[in-house]
Amino acid sequence: MCLAIPMEVLKIDGQSAEVQVGGTRHVIRLDVISEFPEVGDYVIVHAGFALTRLDREEAIATLKLFEEGLNIELV
Amino acid sequence: MNLFDNFKDPQLCKTLLDRIHAELDGELRFMEVCGTHTVSIFRSGVRSLLSDKVVHLSGPGCPVCVTHDSEVAAFLELADKNAIIATFGDLMRVPGPEKKTLKSAQAEGARVKVVYSPFDALKIAQDNPGDKIVFLGVGFETTAPAIAATVKVAREQGITNFSVLCFHKLVPPALDALVADPELQVQAFLLPGHVSAIIGVEPYRFLASKYGLPAVVAGFEPVDILQALYMFVTMRNEGKIEVVNAYTRVVSDGGNPKAVSVMNEVFSPCDALWRGIGLIPGSGLTIRDEYAAYDAMRVFGMELRDVPEIKGCRCGDVLKGKMSPEKCPLFGKACTPASPVGPCMVSTEGSCAAYYKYRI
Ligand code: SF4
Repeated sequence: MCLAIPMEVLKIDGQSAEVQVGGTRHVIRLDVISEFPEVGDYVIVHAGFALTRLDREEAIATLKLFEEGLNIELV
Repeated sequence: MNLFDNFKDPQLCKTLLDRIHAELDGELRFMEVCGTHTVSIFRSGVRSLLSDKVVHLSGPGCPVCVTHDSEVAAFLELADKNAIIATFGDLMRVPGPEKKTLKSAQAEGARVKVVYSPFDALKIAQDNPGDKIVFLGVGFETTAPAIAATVKVAREQGITNFSVLCFHKLVPPALDALVADPELQVQAFLLPGHVSAIIGVEPYRFLASKYGLPAVVAGFEPVDILQALYMFVTMRNEGKIEVVNAYTRVVSDGGNPKAVSVMNEVFSPCDALWRGIGLIPGSGLTIRDEYAAYDAMRVFGMELRDVPEIKGCRCGDVLKGKMSPEKCPLFGKACTPASPVGPCMVSTEGSCAAYYKYRI
C-alpha cells in the first residue's frame, strides 16, 4: 500500500494538480511537496498526494556513475 | 528510450549481478522493509537470478501486515457505531477477531467505502453533512503526511463530521527494535525508498553507527535493487559500513521537510503495537490535543482492547525474518490469497502473498 507512482504534471490549480500516468488523468494534492512542481515535471504520487519530484539530473548522475564504475554505455 | 527506463536495463542488471556474485565473500542475508520492494524483487525476477548465498528476507514493511489484531478489532468496532468508514482497499479483508473483516461487516450492512486518497474521504464528509465519516489511518511515514494534510484542510474548512482512526507506524524505531533482537540474523538493510523520500537518511544512521550494519536507500527498479546489493558487498569487503542514499533521483538526504512539518503539526509519536512483534516504544503516531476533534478514538470514546491472536498464523516470525512463509504450516493449505488466515496473505505486498503468487 506504500506504492507511489511517478505521474506527469499537466496543470496546476492552487493546491491541486492534474496529472497523468499511462493515459489516465487524476487530480492530486500538492499540500506536502517541498519543491512546488512545474507543468511537465514528474512527481511521485501516493494516496492522492505528490510527495516529491522525480529529478532528471540526479537520474543522469546515477547512470553516469554506473558507466564509469562498470564500464558500460548508457546515457 | 525514456531516461528512467535505464533503471530496468538488462545489460546493466547482468553486469551488476556478475559483480555481486564475483565479489561476494560468504553469505549475504539482507532484509527489505517495504512491500513495494517485496513485490518488485519477486516480480522483476531478481530473486530467481541471485545465488543461494544471497538470502532475501522480507521484514515488517507492509503497513497492512503489521496492523495489530487490537487495531483491526477497533476498525470492526467502529463499523458498529453507525459511522461511514472510509479506507484504503487493502484493509478490507484483514481478518480480525472471529475471522470478521471490514468486508464481512459491509456485507452485514456496515457502511464502508474504499477510497484511493484520504482527501476523497473528506469529500464524502462534505457530501454527507448528516453523517460521521472516519478514515482509517494506516501506513508509514509515506502515508502519514497525506492524512495530516487532510486533517488540516478539514479544520481550515470547518468540516466537523470527519475524523481519523490513527494507527500510523514509524519505520526507524521498528528497525531499531528488530536489530536489537539477538536472534535476528540480518547483515544488511534495503531501506524503503518512499518512506525515505519523507524522512531522509539521517534517521537510519544508527544502523551503521550503533549496530555496524550497512544499509542502502533504494528505488524499486531491478537496477536499483541490484545496485544496493552490490553496495552491501563492496562496503563489507572494504570494511566501510555506512548508510547510503542510492535513490537520489527521488530521495534527498534531508527528506521532505514540508511533509515532516505537516505530519508533526497534526501527529506526535507514541508507543505502538505491531502484529507479531508487540509494543515498540515511540513507533506510532497519535493525534495531537489541538486536533482532538479529528481523533476518532476520542470522538467515539474508544479504547484499544486486548484480543486473542489468530491461531496458527506465524506472521510474527515471518515479519521478523525468522521464518520463511512457506514454512508456516498453514501456507498454501488453510491460508491462501483467496482465503487468507493472516494479514501477510491479505495484502498483495505481504510476504506470504508474494511467496504464494511468485513461487507456486
Ligand atoms: S501463511 Fe498465512 S497463516 Fe501462515 S504466516 Fe502467512 S499469513 Fe499467517
